Amino acid sequence: MSAPLIETENLGLTYNGRQVLHHVDFAIQGGEIVTIVGPNGSGKSSFLKCLIGAVQPTEGHIRRKPGLRMGYVPQKLHLDQAFPMSVDRFLRLAAKSTGSERAAMLKRVGVSDASGWQMAALSGGQLQRVLLAHALIGKPELLVLDEAAQGLDQPAVAGFYRLIEDVRRKLHCAILMVSHDLHVVMSASDRVICLNGHVCCEGTPTVVSEAPEYQRLFGHGTEGALALYQHHHDHDHDHAGHSHG
Amino acid sequence: MIMRGIRMDEFLWRVVLAATGVALAAGPLGCFVVWRRMVYFGDTISHAALLGVAFALASGLPVFLGVLLCALAIAAVILLAEGRLHHTDTLLGVSAHSALALGLVAVAFLNGVKVDLMSYLIGDILAVNWQDVAVVWTGAIGCLGLLIWRWRPLLVSSLDREMALAHGQNPRKESIIFTLALAILVAAAIKVVGALLITALLIIPAATGRLGGNTPEKMAVMAALAAVLAALLGLFGSFQWDTPTGPSVVVAALFLLILASLVARIFRPR
Repeated sequence: MSAPLIETENLGLTYNGRQVLHHVDFAIQGGEIVTIVGPNGSGKSSFLKCLIGAVQPTEGHIRRKPGLRMGYVPQKLHLDQAFPMSVDRFLRLAAKSTGSERAAMLKRVGVSDASGWQMAALSGGQLQRVLLAHALIGKPELLVLDEAAQGLDQPAVAGFYRLIEDVRRKLHCAILMVSHDLHVVMSASDRVICLNGHVCCEGTPTVVSEAPEYQRLFGHGTEGALALYQHHHDHDHDHAGHSHG
Repeated sequence: MIMRGIRMDEFLWRVVLAATGVALAAGPLGCFVVWRRMVYFGDTISHAALLGVAFALASGLPVFLGVLLCALAIAAVILLAEGRLHHTDTLLGVSAHSALALGLVAVAFLNGVKVDLMSYLIGDILAVNWQDVAVVWTGAIGCLGLLIWRWRPLLVSSLDREMALAHGQNPRKESIIFTLALAILVAAAIKVVGALLITALLIIPAATGRLGGNTPEKMAVMAALAAVLAALLGLFGSFQWDTPTGPSVVVAALFLLILASLVARIFRPR
């Protein structure tokens, strides 16, 4: 196995006297899709911030592959009207690229007409897609998404994650996402890490969803979460335990 | 008569050059002030300028250097204390007005130095000499140079801190560079528009530029143009109606903003 793209060892973070993360050992290999799930306040976002370098861990180490190209899709972008920024200019900020590369990227993420639009005028779904294009235009080896589908409605969320899977197939980058949209995210992942201050359990989506640690965190109510996603494909609506009249 | 003509000519050149130099840098820098939502920070730094004047007069340093050092010192205090005990907003309020008050009190203590305080509060451009013009242009070029050199990382860090970090940039460094540019401009502008009105020359042309630009670069260029035009109109008005020059420039900038808003409203398709 080659060296991981990014790796943490015994990572700990204390913030305002509260221990947010402790003893987190983590690694992601090239081409892998890893999802971090965890309840609110479990330190998911803090962990991601440590990985991208926004927050310095108070304990342990982070090792990045030298020269690692990372693309980052934030939860949201705080862009207000005072900042004139066309979509095309926004993509040019990310990395050197040609006009046709940018057009192709916008087409790939499904907003081919957006080039001249103002960032502040985009809808939630369009903005998420443009942020994804922005993260991808620099040809990252690792794409990091922080609850990137937050604020999208259910069909849009499913569409967004299908898009990410599709992108991975074509661009061969590793993907690390943080999410609480368990039922949509998990089936796309090679590995799921259940985080609650520390790594509770990890493994394939099936293993994690059946792990007692996971069930204790999320309750048995979400036991069917994985199945819920699967039945999106076979349209077996009875599985969720009720019928749509 | 000829002698007088030449002198008048030279005087006009000095005033026009000093005003346009400040304006040219204030436009683009003001865009960053607006984008980073640091209007109050800009205000604080420029208020600290008065303390810098007192410091310069007391120590015998040139005013430019005194103001620059003082502005940087206040900025450092704010950046270090930020988020510790008080909210940034509170911190800025405390530093802005304390620095202004301290400056006024300190100047009063300077025995034997007769200082026209008003000239530092609202500027006294008509008194600039060639040396002042050189200082203004050195400052303006330094400030613009910093902005151009760090343009992309400054933009990204103004847009989103975490995105900048993911791009491998250091937003803290960019914020220091932005602060440095701001301090340089304040130091260069104090004789032209004065401590109280520098922020106006930063913000108002930037707001005008926003109406005409759909990219950050266009907005910055438009802001620079608006600021230079405001400087020229303000000077003209000040000569014409014998009004204080600094405030006249700010009034001209406001006038341009209102005009541009009206034009934008008429021509923008709804």
